[in-house]
Amino acid sequence: MSDEVVVKLNVNGRDHKVLVEPRKLLSDVLREDLHLTGTHVGCEHGACGACTVMVDGAAVRACLLFAVQVDGSKVVTVEGVTPTDGTLNPFQQAMQDCHGLQCGFCTPGFVVSMTSYLDDHPNPTDDDLKIALSGNLCRCTGYRGIINAARTAAGLPVPANAADGSDH
Amino acid sequence: MASTISAGRYVGQAVKRLEDPRLLSGHGRYVDDVQLPGMLHVAFVRSNVARGTIVSIDTSAALALPGVRAIYTGADLNPRVGMFWHTMMGPPPELGGQTPYAPLTPLAGGDVRFVGDPIVLIIAENRYIAEDAADLVEVEIDVQQAIVGWETAIDTDQRVHPGTTTNVGQEFPLPEGPEVDALFAGAPHVFTRRFSQCRATNVPMEPRGIIVHYDQYVGDLQIWAATQSVSEWKATSSRLTGVPEHRVKVVANDVGGGFGQKMMMTRDEAAVVMAAHLFGEAPIKWTEDRRESLMAANQGREEIIDVTFAVTDEGVLLGAKVFFWEDIGAYPASAGSTAGMAGAVFPGPYKFPVVLPGGSSVYTNTVGKAAYRGPWMMETVAREQMMDHIAYELGIDPIEIRRRNVIHADDLPYTTCTTMVYDSVTPSETLEQALEMLDVAAFRTMQADARAEGRLLGMGVAIYIEPSAVAFGILSSDQAIMRMDNSGKVIVAMSTGNHGQSLETTIPQIVAEHLGCNIEDVLLVQGNTESSPTGPGTGGSRSAVVAGGAAMNAALKMKDKIVQIAAHMLEASPDDMEVNAGVVSVKGTPAKALPFAMIAPVAYQMPEMLPPGMEMGLEVTARFQPAGQYTWSNATHVCTVEIDPETGMTKILRYIVSEDCGRMVNPMVVEGQIAGGVVQGIGGVLFENMIYDEDGNPLATTFLDYLIPTAPEVPDIEVGHIVTLAPGQTGFKGMGEGGAIAAPPCLANAIHDALRHLGVHPTAFPLGPSQLLTMMNEAKQA
Repeated sequence: MSDEVVVKLNVNGRDHKVLVEPRKLLSDVLREDLHLTGTHVGCEHGACGACTVMVDGAAVRACLLFAVQVDGSKVVTVEGVTPTDGTLNPFQQAMQDCHGLQCGFCTPGFVVSMTSYLDDHPNPTDDDLKIALSGNLCRCTGYRGIINAARTAAGLPVPANAADGSDH
Repeated sequence: MASTISAGRYVGQAVKRLEDPRLLSGHGRYVDDVQLPGMLHVAFVRSNVARGTIVSIDTSAALALPGVRAIYTGADLNPRVGMFWHTMMGPPPELGGQTPYAPLTPLAGGDVRFVGDPIVLIIAENRYIAEDAADLVEVEIDVQQAIVGWETAIDTDQRVHPGTTTNVGQEFPLPEGPEVDALFAGAPHVFTRRFSQCRATNVPMEPRGIIVHYDQYVGDLQIWAATQSVSEWKATSSRLTGVPEHRVKVVANDVGGGFGQKMMMTRDEAAVVMAAHLFGEAPIKWTEDRRESLMAANQGREEIIDVTFAVTDEGVLLGAKVFFWEDIGAYPASAGSTAGMAGAVFPGPYKFPVVLPGGSSVYTNTVGKAAYRGPWMMETVAREQMMDHIAYELGIDPIEIRRRNVIHADDLPYTTCTTMVYDSVTPSETLEQALEMLDVAAFRTMQADARAEGRLLGMGVAIYIEPSAVAFGILSSDQAIMRMDNSGKVIVAMSTGNHGQSLETTIPQIVAEHLGCNIEDVLLVQGNTESSPTGPGTGGSRSAVVAGGAAMNAALKMKDKIVQIAAHMLEASPDDMEVNAGVVSVKGTPAKALPFAMIAPVAYQMPEMLPPGMEMGLEVTARFQPAGQYTWSNATHVCTVEIDPETGMTKILRYIVSEDCGRMVNPMVVEGQIAGGVVQGIGGVLFENMIYDEDGNPLATTFLDYLIPTAPEVPDIEVGHIVTLAPGQTGFKGMGEGGAIAAPPCLANAIHDALRHLGVHPTAFPLGPSQLLTMMNEAKQA
């Protein structure tokens, strides 16, 4: 146990000041102190990617950072990459169209990772996309819908025989 | 009776999921997202040895830590347990039932039985303090040699559960069969193999989690949990604590996967329930971390299967003997063994004149066995690999030997030698469709060309028939409670426990289709014991069949009442009415029409406008009970691989599934279930291995050691559909588990095909790079 410290964060465009122990993880501060529970904790050792958020524009694992390490930073979570008008961003919409999620627990990590990746890499190859997706684990979908969603959002062709919801 | 079934307005359509916007935007509500005023947090002290006697537990330093509120050991919680058994499995023999449970206590008693065994439960103001306190608890254990591996468990005079007389959990001896022995003695060929698969674990991306609050003044036990079945957990918690069942309330909101692991309440969760009941003051939350999940949550597979087949010169099957050995760990969920089921469905898609199955499950000092997607699937793992081994022994193509034995349409209805009755299955049709999708001749040419260059390509086939919607005990039926409210919108409450199956979309599809309304006007309510009916929850590939059937029946009843009211209001005959998009109209006279929003208020507020004698209101209940104990679906998997001779790494080139799950509610969801199952199956062959050392230490307790597949490792999964209707009204067949059942032997057969010319004949999973390189080197030296 150690004395609490003040951490200032700009999260999804809003300024916050929280009083937390220096050892408190960014993921826990987002979830418990700021009530942004869209950032999920799936492994706490940086392997599954469910907790991915953007810190100053870079996708990072919130479970591998203490909040105090990012004092003064701009943080964007899954809530923050979602348009405020009730629609979905292009990758989110492709995830729905291609059935890229089942239980939805890993989904916020994929959404933040790929939203960030596609912003930085507008013309990826098919292999590039799979490598970009390799930092996030999903146990439900077998990645079929997620890979097809990434292809759709990147403007790459999707294999013909996948049933999808694009007509409905 | 292969036929093309036309889709309805909703059923059969790839409707986009209604739950997705919430989950995609970070607004799902999983158990760890629930924060309650005054809530405290739980951490466990777990055993770091696999077997030993607890000499002492010193909690004084932990109790003195500021922020620690309570510490409980087995001595505090275990004696308070009323009963610990599961509704689905029934009570243990000493309480009049038949299920041989392991001796279950929430926390370890006088001894520990696996690494991860919960010994002490700590309640503190936050999880950080709870874990600090866990580090301060001193547990002295007199360590004993662990019992690891089924052979050790059988040979040793030591017992996993002290005081018991055997380490055998359940045993089904091979039936006596002198006529079968004679048949084998006279058979042209008899082949024996031993197949094994390594231990795997379910790995839901959301680990286990539970919040429990016992309000001693009200008398209610309120639970929020990551569970597949709130009814099961309500009843289990009532039996554990003695709180009457109607005062136990269980809520499961969004649940992050389960694959069988979250069906039964396990000891850790029971300990939280017991601790909350004793503590009383405030809600307590336990969220499992991944290390705990990989170390202490129930696991699957780890089976050895001995098979002996008798065949003719042409490869026609004459009979089989099969014996299943299962390592069920220390505290399996339910009774652990699935050998009875595996034996019953062993004949699968083939015309076996006789199969004699037997099995033995043994306790070991490891984590208990869970149901894991297709819990009985070792039968397909063994049978489908054995078909290839026999084919190669006889010099017959593996496809051809299947064609000579597979059940055809003109064999139906077909009763297997184990008395299973198939009425509507298409193993032959799916085999041919999958092979056509591959283009076998083109692949064989490519394989030969590649081999000339020293490259190793292979193809594998596996066929299975899935016993979906298993109907026994509480699994036999489901209920839908439906009401239309005053504005014409529909709420249907069910026992289902969605944890990825898309039921929030597929159940409204079925209701909207059969009631005749828009899907936006239907809401599924589930995962809440106060609003949902008692039932088994979601698992066993049954929700589409049984819950879907109940939803359809309720919709038809509701439609009947709506039509009667509308006909009375329009002064027409109910027989002349039609319902579309939430409007009841007189056929051919569209002007004479009433929307649900004008009919519903009449039912609730204007009794004088109702047909004489009709009860007010718009509430119906309906049940569905499948006609048979199983609703059979089926599929054929075909894949091709290339193995790197230098590294032993397997790359999957193509993966093809042809399946028949009857009428599809939503083909997009069906294909999603197939892909997810296939990739779990691939993981179980190539990557995943929950391994223990000889002292019972788990060696894969992080995601850097326990490797589940990632995106670059999976091929594009190609799916073909053949649709034959299940018997009964809906035509739906369950299919949630099949992908994970057929993928392992399909992939193993492809690897076998790629390496057999080198003298490599694999029989054991995993088949990762090191295993394949070892086998290739051994074959070279031999």
